[in-house]
Amino acid sequence: MIRDLQKSAVSIHGVTFSYDTRAVLVDVNLDIASLDSICVVGPNGGGKTTLIKLILGLLTPNTGTVHVFGSKPKEARLRISYVPQYAQYDSQFPISVMEVVCMGRLGQSFTGRYSKEDREQALEALAETHLVDIAARPFSSISGGQRQRVLIARALASRGDILILDEPTANIDHESEVKFFDLLGKLNQRMTIIMVTHEVGFASTFFKRIACVNKAVKIHPTSALTGDLIREIYGGDLQMIRHDHCCSGKGHSHE
Amino acid sequence: MSEFLITLFDPNIYFFRYALLTGIFASLPFGIIGTLVVVRRISYIAGAISHCVLGGIGLGLYLEKAKGITWFGPIQGAVLASLLAALILALVSRHARQREDSVIGALWAVGMATGLLFIAKTPGYVDPMSYLFGNILLVSRSDFFFVLVLDVVVLGLVGVFYHKFLAVCFDEEFARLRGLRTGWIYLLLLCLTALTIVLLVRVVGIILVIALLTLPAAVAGNFSRNILQMMLLAVLFCAGFVVTGLGVSFTLDLPSGPIIIIVAATVYLFTLLGGRMLTVMKK
Repeated sequence: MIRDLQKSAVSIHGVTFSYDTRAVLVDVNLDIASLDSICVVGPNGGGKTTLIKLILGLLTPNTGTVHVFGSKPKEARLRISYVPQYAQYDSQFPISVMEVVCMGRLGQSFTGRYSKEDREQALEALAETHLVDIAARPFSSISGGQRQRVLIARALASRGDILILDEPTANIDHESEVKFFDLLGKLNQRMTIIMVTHEVGFASTFFKRIACVNKAVKIHPTSALTGDLIREIYGGDLQMIRHDHCCSGKGHSHE
Repeated sequence: MSEFLITLFDPNIYFFRYALLTGIFASLPFGIIGTLVVVRRISYIAGAISHCVLGGIGLGLYLEKAKGITWFGPIQGAVLASLLAALILALVSRHARQREDSVIGALWAVGMATGLLFIAKTPGYVDPMSYLFGNILLVSRSDFFFVLVLDVVVLGLVGVFYHKFLAVCFDEEFARLRGLRTGWIYLLLLCLTALTIVLLVRVVGIILVIALLTLPAAVAGNFSRNILQMMLLAVLFCAGFVVTGLGVSFTLDLPSGPIIIIVAATVYLFTLLGGRMLTVMKK
């Protein structure tokens, strides 16, 4: 039994969660294997962020269980690298890129001071996200796409086995987005990836599976993502751009 | 100005030197804690704590003068009330965030009300004005000692846990996910804020506390690339404001607290305007 649990990175069984009386998630079952890549989609208010917070142990389910690598989420926290939505940051906060990335190494010592190894890990994460050149710049002076990468670098510096990203593509242009998925592809070789987004169109090309969250959670292989399915998730017609869809014999591609 | 210097070095007028020294040494916790308060955006919490201080001062006066308890005076009352307010606010922020606003407002008013009630029941005449608007010229030797102790406590704790305070101010949720006990760090921050406020009340009074706590840090924020720089600059600005304010108040024979605040606010206004002009010119 324990062996089975360890194979899966995240396992959620019969979870129900409500804020006061409003039920947000009902009877959720979800298993995410190690090195899986899963995209969490759904309408606003459908419970995407709540699902993430349950996995992070920031919220406790009303019923059911959440396990991360077979332990309680709070105990497994240090094995999760988390990239929150970047819109929430105070743009006036005086802090350098390096200082932000170093925060990924917090929790290693009692006083919170960084060791030489902590700084090396932070530099390595900066190199992986191509940010070494701007390490000394103030966080407030860089572009949206760069800030997004800084937050990813901070998450990588903590050397977790699961990477959780909340709406990471919301504020970046298409070119940065392509680079972003290149990076995710590399990281997926060593990390399980869980990403929240409300854009379903492009998600299908990278992720192995899609979790549709709207009170209930349904899992689909990405190949099954069709207009009907999207209507089902969002409860109505909406236009979708299929980046992998070919228009002519020669094809058109966003690559 | 020369008269100011003569008075300063006059061996018979010791209280002026105390005032100046207290102002300079008190700038250390003001600048450091003020910076954290500004970047964490909790100046309204600092306001609530400062108004609760009057409740403690009132209790201290009442116990000292009406009940003859010698070991519990206004300063002990102020420390007790401010720490109690900090504890309540930390608990509310943790367990009932949606009510935080109302609790801050309630504490703010209840602190003032209890203070005035205790003062009304205290025999003899007590002038609440010096508590509301402060008078640095009244600082005593024991106040100066309190400043030095607070310097050591604030410098020590913020120095040792600098990165943890920084993390909790920048992104509390992430800090919690890295295993930091953010609730305790936040409580510690509020307690240090509370002690700093007790000292500030002595210098500029309850009503003007928020201004001297936040204005030097706000000015410093315009010139800083990181929190450490911001703290150092805030300390220097704060000392500058207090010394200039004292000089001006002496020369013009006006109350020191309000003058210190006007000096600070004027500098803040000019840095804002200057910053505006720079960005316009760059465009």
